[in-house]
Amino acid sequence: MNIKEKVLRFLETDCRYTAKNIADAIDATEQEVVDVIAGCIDDGTILGYKALVNWDKTDREYVSAMIEIKVQPEKGEGFDSVARKICAFEEVVSVFLMSGGFDLTVMLEGKSMREVALFVVEKLAVIDGVTGTATHFVLNKYKDKGIIFDEREKDTRVMTEF
Amino acid sequence: MMDYERLLTDTARNLKPSGIRKFFDVAEKLPDAIALGVGEPDFKTPWHIRQAAIDALSKGQTRYSSNAGLMPLREEIARYMERRFTLKYDPESEVVVTVGGSEAIDNIIRSVISIGDEVLIPEPSFVCYAPLTELAGGTPVILPTYEKDGFKLMPEIVKNAITEKTKLLIMPYPNNPTGALMEKEDYEKIAAVLKDTNILVLSDEIYIELNYSKSKPFSFAQTEGMFDRTIVVNGFSKTYAMTGWRIGFACGPKQIMKSVLKIHQYGIMCAPTVSQYAAIEALKNGDDDIEHMRENYNMRRRFLLDAFESMSVPCFEPKGAFYVFPNISAFAENSEAFCNDFLEKAHVAVVPGNAFGDSGEGFIRISYAYSLDHLKKAVDRFEKYIKKQS
Repeated sequence: MNIKEKVLRFLETDCRYTAKNIADAIDATEQEVVDVIAGCIDDGTILGYKALVNWDKTDREYVSAMIEIKVQPEKGEGFDSVARKICAFEEVVSVFLMSGGFDLTVMLEGKSMREVALFVVEKLAVIDGVTGTATHFVLNKYKDKGIIFDEREKDTRVMTEF
Repeated sequence: MMDYERLLTDTARNLKPSGIRKFFDVAEKLPDAIALGVGEPDFKTPWHIRQAAIDALSKGQTRYSSNAGLMPLREEIARYMERRFTLKYDPESEVVVTVGGSEAIDNIIRSVISIGDEVLIPEPSFVCYAPLTELAGGTPVILPTYEKDGFKLMPEIVKNAITEKTKLLIMPYPNNPTGALMEKEDYEKIAAVLKDTNILVLSDEIYIELNYSKSKPFSFAQTEGMFDRTIVVNGFSKTYAMTGWRIGFACGPKQIMKSVLKIHQYGIMCAPTVSQYAAIEALKNGDDDIEHMRENYNMRRRFLLDAFESMSVPCFEPKGAFYVFPNISAFAENSEAFCNDFLEKAHVAVVPGNAFGDSGEGFIRISYAYSLDHLKKAVDRFEKYIKKQS
């Protein structure tokens, strides 16, 4: 694994690691790590740093949904044109092109099921090229981005005789 | 009415209990206490290794294995020893799979030590060597190591301790609790002392993959002329975060291994079979896991060393294992007094250095098998505590 991959792997695990922390781990200099990170930001390899929030622990009213979308691909554009239009909506959290029985998976967030349903009907279904949608509401989030929700693990190690 | 005291042997009765647990019993009762004492990885066993065990269970591979361990595992161990250390062992006669490294240590000592024989034990070190020597009827001869030498074993100390009764030298590196590492040139100096003797070496290399020096891990058995007199003990606990699986191994001359196997056969029968299947997977596909854990430990190690330096607390640089061993003699009368006071005032539990032998007096052992967040909290408390002390 090269230094870039190593740095990215550490940041993907915990983006609070400093360049010094990562340099210490991989036997690089701090400056080397700083340069790698700067390069990754410049070329778009690192797109942002976000906390993974379990909103269920807050009073915030919200609902998530996964929308399966069927798309008629455009000549010369394929699915890109429709996907970009969908990406432009702030309510849309992620958009993936899929293999299988439908074409795009869109993750949405809204304040209520009604709000999300209306968004699908009024904003997504009407886009040129969209031929069908199926909405699935998220009832509970068990794991996201590699982190299990509601499972703050306790340290169960015991003090043995070393 | 039973008189249990009369039933106990003198040796069992006189074995020293560990005085360490009390710190952690107290710590457990303090809701905000931070423990830095545990000597096992905070990582979970990598998933593919757990999956291999689940597969073994699903297939009903739950019977005894051969006493020495599953042959595919012994073959993988032999391949590992050759791949990592250029050491060649015959899986048929020179490799025994044991219940952790500890069982291997016990069996080796019992194979070669009888009443009055002397075992050379560097200290500070893992606490089992002296009691196991005593249980075998032998006499532990302590070889102190010092901070000024980076807690390495010095050849003149070995030389001066050798008598006609010396049969075994324990080589506990990378070292628990100091984190000290013996490198090729250090081992060569010890080899020069042992060259014309009939002393066997038990090289406890359970932490050998946790090496933060620039040089590759080096086994004592690789030292010129030492292969024939060395039994290497290693295991999966520290390297692959498999402490609860209780699986280790020993490799050495078949004449000794034959006896190690006999003791293992009568005392244990065989290591847990499911764990053996997991161990095969670890050796086959676990190199990336080792590197991942080693890098994380290295980050924490340097974080702690930088923290102690900024607090002006002397701490030699450990190059192996997952412990730092700072010198706290400026802050307390002795290690235990420091640990008591530190726990009482700062609510942080650490292990006094003298728990690992008298030459650990004046030091504390801090394990960095904890997350960086956990260590940051502990360092913060340490800093506030020593500011109040001075």
